[in-house]
Amino acid sequence: MPSKLVDKYFRTDSLPHIWCPGCGNGIVTRAIVKAIDNLNLNQEDVCIVSGIGCSSRASGYLDFNTIHTTHGRALAFATGIKFANPNLHVIVITGDGDCAAIGGNHLIHAARRNIDLTTIVFNNNIYGMTGGQYSPTTPTGDKGTTAPYGNIDANFDLCELAKASGATYVSRSTVYGANMIIKQVEEGIKNKGFSFIETITICPTYYGRKNKKGDAVDMMNYLKENTVNKIAYEKLSEEKRKDKIIVGEIYKGQRPEYVEEYEKIIESF
Amino acid sequence: MAEKIVKLMQGNEACVEGAIAAGMRFYAGYPITPSTEIAELSAEKLPRIGGKFIQMEDEIASISAIIGASLTGKKSMTATSGPGFSLKQEGIGYAVAAEVPCVIVNVQRGGPSTGLPTSPAQGDIMQARWGTHGDHSIIALYPSTVREIYDTTIKAFNLSEKYRTPVILLMDEVIGHMREKIEIPDPDEIKIINRKKPNVKPDEYLPYKIEENDMIPAMANFGEGYRYHVTGLIHDETGFPTSNHRIAENLVNRLVNKIKDNADDIVEYEEYLMEDAEQIIVAYGATARSAKSAINQLREEGVKIGLFRPITIWPMAEKQLKIIAKKVNRITVVEMNMGQYFNEVDRVAGKYTKVDKYSRVHGELITPEEIVSFIKEG
Ligand SMILES: Cc1ncc(C[n+]2csc(CCOP(=O)(O)OP(=O)(O)O)c2C)c(N)n1
Ligand code: SF4
Repeated sequence: MPSKLVDKYFRTDSLPHIWCPGCGNGIVTRAIVKAIDNLNLNQEDVCIVSGIGCSSRASGYLDFNTIHTTHGRALAFATGIKFANPNLHVIVITGDGDCAAIGGNHLIHAARRNIDLTTIVFNNNIYGMTGGQYSPTTPTGDKGTTAPYGNIDANFDLCELAKASGATYVSRSTVYGANMIIKQVEEGIKNKGFSFIETITICPTYYGRKNKKGDAVDMMNYLKENTVNKIAYEKLSEEKRKDKIIVGEIYKGQRPEYVEEYEKIIESF
Repeated sequence: MAEKIVKLMQGNEACVEGAIAAGMRFYAGYPITPSTEIAELSAEKLPRIGGKFIQMEDEIASISAIIGASLTGKKSMTATSGPGFSLKQEGIGYAVAAEVPCVIVNVQRGGPSTGLPTSPAQGDIMQARWGTHGDHSIIALYPSTVREIYDTTIKAFNLSEKYRTPVILLMDEVIGHMREKIEIPDPDEIKIINRKKPNVKPDEYLPYKIEENDMIPAMANFGEGYRYHVTGLIHDETGFPTSNHRIAENLVNRLVNKIKDNADDIVEYEEYLMEDAEQIIVAYGATARSAKSAINQLREEGVKIGLFRPITIWPMAEKQLKIIAKKVNRITVVEMNMGQYFNEVDRVAGKYTKVDKYSRVHGELITPEEIVSFIKEG
């Protein structure tokens, strides 16, 4: 029951939230909480770290150890927290700009270390908080307030980036499939290493409006119609693959985890 | 009585030893001359005592990581120089706003920009004070000998814990790299201050609530059962963001006043041959060493001159300087920058006496001879 989740894990005195009607951030936030609940984690042992952006406001609404950091640096703060207190389950909430533009360097290095953090990127393909400027995941050709003639930058495939950088769990989901987000966050938390979950979310206010994507319902429908899993994607013709969003587990691997490796050094003395 | 341990130590090493004695158990940094030895020695020593060292991908990540670590209760430090200190400014502001204790060492080098990487300079006096944006308070300490580096590093941790603030330790390249004999104090002789912990149950805890007559809120550590929110946004006593103008003004005032109103506790300085002095030199760090020997020479020639050496650079020893200014007929500020502290001394003392400056930015130590001739010129 949603209300039970809200009562237990949301700071009801910090609500109502700042998100626009139709924004996908609430779906992702609820899914994260549901995953934590499913895993039966102690609230005291969970730390939620976020950067700056609409999505990063989620930390304040949640009743755990929470920290809303500086723009782009959530993973660096989280690294300090996890390394200093390995007993905490550290979950990072970040936006596409937060994590892949200003925080891109921290992303690749956190993944490279395979430090036990679970990162959930709320990818809305735009800078929401600052009013609709293009981000590293705005598709080439799409518009933002700072790309009035269409974005000429190539957009990142965040999952490929995380995988190539060394993350040991990488997956993608969308706000159309909340159950998939829940499952992926659970997997991410269970993975002893750096987990990266990209959730495609919707920003009807800026990305939607700038790019004539319709209202929230239209945007959800778009996600529904354009989402395929990896196996189905492989079977598609080159032409049909265009614009398709691959969801599901993208990569799972095993590598030594950073904090554990350091503990071995400590124990050697 | 246990025998005193006397060691020949480099300044940067004394900083690490002092930090560990103060309780540092977490270090995050990015290498940069002339501070690198602090990272190297922390990497070597920390795991041996159960502490943690991490080389982050840059200085922004380093300050972010130490703030995160401090929130879990670990005394944390980072060290840098010049360009790295610039990069840390946003994080320093965050630690000010969220009131997270941490120590930032800046072994200064010549600037601006990449500047003179291996030369001494004292050009970051104002950046230490105002480097991060917005109105805020800061504590900055400035040792002048290797032994004093050891002591001020401990003091930096103590003040950061007591006042829940980042503390900046400004060092000179020459002292960071100089070797001097120092007597390591007995651990029992070292005074250690730890952050004040909440004395209420978790469900009654308001993370930014202050008690009467005390401007420092009690601090729970992440993972100890007190769940709360930390943000760099203006927040109320619950820790949640607010745009209430009255709360905003109160918070900024408190952040500034908790340092300003406790200046008597924070400010430390040395006075040398001040008793009968008709004029004084104000100098800090390595420059104060040259000033001392200049004063000795001048005294031999009958000049009644003394030294006022701030060890606490920020907040400034305004009260003391004002009293001195009323007694002497000249204050000369000697520093390896274009007059950054001079401007402040002049603001405080200029009404009462003549304030001169002798400043050099050539990447070399100011010599006693230079000071002697400047003083004699009048
Ligand atoms: C150092 C710094 N630069 C710029 C900003 C302004 N800023 C705040 S949020 C943001 C972008 C947020 O975009 P994203 O991370 O995609 O999150 P969203 O708001 O879309 O959820 C920017 C540029 C800032 N707060 N700090
Ligand atoms: S601007 Fe976009 S991302 Fe931000 S709250 Fe509104 S809909 Fe959501």
